Amino acid sequence: MTQSFRLENVGLINRNKKLSFKFNGKVYYGYEGDTLASALIANGVHLVGRSFKYHRPRGFFGAGVDEPYAIVQLYRNGETEPNIKATEQELFEGLEATSVNCWPSVNFDIGAINNFLKIFLPAGFYYKTFMWPKSFWFKVYEPFIRKAAGLGVASIKHDKERYEHKYEYCDLLITGSGPSGLASAYSAAKNGARVILAEDKSRFGGTLLTSEVNIGNQSGKEWAESIISELKEMPNVTVKNRSQVFGYYDHNMLVMSERISDHLPKTKKFHPKQRLWYIRAKEVLISSGSIERPIVFGNNDTPGVMLSSAAKEYLKVYGVLVGKNPLIFTNNDSGYETAIEFQKNGINPIILDTRKDPKSEIVDEAKNLGINIKFSYVVVAAQGYKKVKSADIAKISEDKDQLGTVENIKCDCICVSGFWTPTIHLASQSGNKTKFKEDIDAFVPGKSKQNETTLGAANGTYTLEETLKNSFETGHKLSKEITKKDNKISFPNVIEKKSAVHDKFWCVPLPKGKNYKRFLDFQNDVAVSDIEIALKEGYRSIEHVKRYTTLGMATDQGKTSNLNGLQLVSKIENKVVPAVGHTTFRPPYSPVSIGAIVGREVGKHSKPTRKSPMHSWHEKNNAVFVDAGVWLRPRYYKQGNESLFEGSKREAKNVRTNVGVCDVTTLGKIDIKGPDAAELLNRVYTNAWLKLPVGKARYGVMLREDGIVMDDGTTTRISENHYHMTTTTAQAANVLSHLEYYLQLVWPELNVNVVSTTEQWAGAAIAGPKSRELLQKLFPKSDVSNEALPFMGYMEGDLFGVKARIFRISFSGELAFEVNVESDNGNFMWEKIMEVGQEFKIQPYGTEALSTLRIEMGHVAGSELDGRTIPYDNSLEGLLSKKKDFIGKRSLNREAFTAEDRQKVVGVVPLDKKTSIPEGSHLVKDSNAPLPNPKLGYISASCWSVEHDNPFSLAIVKDGKNMIGKKLFVMSPLKNKVIPVEIVSSHYVDPKGERVRS
Amino acid sequence: MLYIKCPHCGWRSQNEFSYGGDATVKRPELGKEVTDQEWNDFVYNRKSLRGKHWELWQHLSGCRQWIKVERDTATHEIFNTLKASEEIS
Ligand SMILES: [Zn+2]
Repeated sequence: MTQSFRLENVGLINRNKKLSFKFNGKVYYGYEGDTLASALIANGVHLVGRSFKYHRPRGFFGAGVDEPYAIVQLYRNGETEPNIKATEQELFEGLEATSVNCWPSVNFDIGAINNFLKIFLPAGFYYKTFMWPKSFWFKVYEPFIRKAAGLGVASIKHDKERYEHKYEYCDLLITGSGPSGLASAYSAAKNGARVILAEDKSRFGGTLLTSEVNIGNQSGKEWAESIISELKEMPNVTVKNRSQVFGYYDHNMLVMSERISDHLPKTKKFHPKQRLWYIRAKEVLISSGSIERPIVFGNNDTPGVMLSSAAKEYLKVYGVLVGKNPLIFTNNDSGYETAIEFQKNGINPIILDTRKDPKSEIVDEAKNLGINIKFSYVVVAAQGYKKVKSADIAKISEDKDQLGTVENIKCDCICVSGFWTPTIHLASQSGNKTKFKEDIDAFVPGKSKQNETTLGAANGTYTLEETLKNSFETGHKLSKEITKKDNKISFPNVIEKKSAVHDKFWCVPLPKGKNYKRFLDFQNDVAVSDIEIALKEGYRSIEHVKRYTTLGMATDQGKTSNLNGLQLVSKIENKVVPAVGHTTFRPPYSPVSIGAIVGREVGKHSKPTRKSPMHSWHEKNNAVFVDAGVWLRPRYYKQGNESLFEGSKREAKNVRTNVGVCDVTTLGKIDIKGPDAAELLNRVYTNAWLKLPVGKARYGVMLREDGIVMDDGTTTRISENHYHMTTTTAQAANVLSHLEYYLQLVWPELNVNVVSTTEQWAGAAIAGPKSRELLQKLFPKSDVSNEALPFMGYMEGDLFGVKARIFRISFSGELAFEVNVESDNGNFMWEKIMEVGQEFKIQPYGTEALSTLRIEMGHVAGSELDGRTIPYDNSLEGLLSKKKDFIGKRSLNREAFTAEDRQKVVGVVPLDKKTSIPEGSHLVKDSNAPLPNPKLGYISASCWSVEHDNPFSLAIVKDGKNMIGKKLFVMSPLKNKVIPVEIVSSHYVDPKGERVRS
Repeated sequence: MLYIKCPHCGWRSQNEFSYGGDATVKRPELGKEVTDQEWNDFVYNRKSLRGKHWELWQHLSGCRQWIKVERDTATHEIFNTLKASEEIS
């Protein structure tokens, strides 16, 4: 197919590079520098989709971010992405796109039947129509709506592309590279400020690319190019195209999405597809320009009806005619600029101007060019289904209420200009309370709330000279405050044509006997009649009207529809527009891909992975790893085809009979130093700490102020004023913050320093009856006998030339030691332990065996210290000092905490000694009691006792102290299990604790 | 994302900090007898103000100091930041 709507020698596209692409399966050609939209229009394609509600044919309405219609499903390099605006997607070789929202095809769409049933689909149709009968909802309505009304289809494949995040700081962030953006960036940059200039489109310059102006004896476009190339060379300036600043957040932080590779057939190696910038700016200059707004008339959604500024952009930037027989419908001079461009390129347009007799240079120029202009004329309705074929036009009375005789004229497109709406989204997001500007019929930013200033058309300033002047000055003034420099730019000479005032006309009345749909919101199919119904039904707040009718709620967020909607509401309500107010603007200004928001934090990068220094040894020895917070820990070391159950049982059994070694590097470690260290411990832990001798360890429990157990662990006195605290893996960070809180805020008089040393030490727990013999061989120079190193003792030793700390502590109930060496020596220590331990039949054991060993000895851990239990619940009440105060002590007097039947930890054994008990199951008295069956407690941890060779669990049970010996039932509705059990002591192994002291 | 001036390190983004609640709550002295009401007020009862509020933040991924921040809970405006040792005036 030929590009029959492409002009020769006009536009900024690269005609030397022809690109082929596919739309709905058909091959077309365009040029480098095209958008998908411009390339399709060049090929005469105007039907791109179907509307959301009525499935009416949809074409192109705009030429950029404001586009409400032309949304496509994009295929690129084996991936697919939904809801891409054809007006934003740059063309690349091999691009493929399809229409969305039509089924089975864009030319024959079953949903279009809605168009003929539209009487049934007025405002609030979701709320009303599908209410009755109720039974129809799931079977009929919902599937129908889902099939017929969806937008694009999200890919279910893993996205191979890379998205990155970047944090940046600058003096001035400038959003938009039109005249105000360029001028303010240039003057601020020349004054030494660090500037980021962001442009949403691929080309810099904004309206300067399409307007007939002269700045400093250059055309607007040439001036823009010279400024940009100079800015690009400046070291204090970052210039970014294809970058949309979409969100304005607290404290002048803005977020920008940079589309790095979307315009390429394939992302380059090691390049991201998109990058999200978090920019903290001292000052923000909003130079986002304005968006032309439509005039509302009958069938104004027909393909071929589009904004006049878009028609001009297609012509001047892309060399593309949106029609060869154009009708321009305008209430201001902008429509004339478009008409003049058509005329200059040999196309004869007709202008319908709602004004009676406007006088300006632009109007004169159009007259002089011989353009057919009809004053006081309007388009009553567009005619044609899939494309405009003609227009019904009529003269309109001065009061704009009466239409003259309706005539029909041939045309193939209708270019509409209803004046300009400032893009105030970012200003509004910043918290700026906007104000209504009477002379332009639109809202502009009011008083700044953050450090933001809005310039140019975004601020309702529509003349170039004034815009440039303000922008140069603002750029200079703001940069001067930051850099204290005072380099001023000389103001260039500006030549532009003066405009006449616009006509505040926005909606064409219906001719007698006609009921044309007049659309306000083109993406969500909200028509004038829908707003009228909503107001008739009593909706008043604009926020409610918006939600009831879905006006402005589509992916374009009402960029072209909001203001006309407000005009209508204010007209019906007989209020002024500012009294109606606009709905809240929220980020993102324009849709952002989920990938960009997530960035690199996907899959295994969603959190850091921490590995112990012995990790590679574990890997080489068939460890199966498990996540423990951010750590990876061996769960068990697989031998042959062993299951987790078999492997962990073997490892635990070996600890009970010979000796095992476990990597305990992940335990939290805090180094505590200072003359008041003992006093700190005495206040933080529930038991007494003032008399712990040097070279001794003690077990301690710490509470929160509300009396709930926070953590437990051992702390060792290394020397007079030096302690080594251990915490659980999970609570390590919280405990450090907790200590810092009390030292810095509550008891600053205590002379103590705390620092995390978790990563500085590698730890190995050596446990089992043969552990002392092994230890003696590891430390031949030290006396590790029961007398020299008793239970809870500590000493330093020499591990084949490596300095080591030896703690006699036990988590398994066996005779056990923990050896710590500096992390770099961790692997050396581990290999030595394994090598020397061979003769004692040593085996490494993982977290599963570790759990088994602690459960069967009744040692409480994370699943009991779960943020809901107090010391008594965990049978730790013996550690509560009566002689001193400590954090949380006062809370333990609470009535519920001292109740006679308070919950307590117990052991649970199934009566058949075979059935495993699922963790989280409930304990009940009577398994057949009617629901809700009163719950006595819950299973906190389960294991297979290697000592007794039967299942054993810990549970927290109401009145636990009186439950020992009772027969209850464990119920797990999840696993559908009912297990008769007996309650026993939680100390299932060595209840007197003789082994640890042996 | 808030921008908080740590009195020790300077301006830093919110994601380096963790929130620590009302900075005006005073812990009863250790060993001192307190009524249930006083203890409840210390542990649980907070005003949840709309407007200016002195609160604690810890510069967790920075200097690890707890600091006092005067912030408007509705607008997020920050008026003042103090070191832990400095008294709220
Ligand atoms: Zn700091």
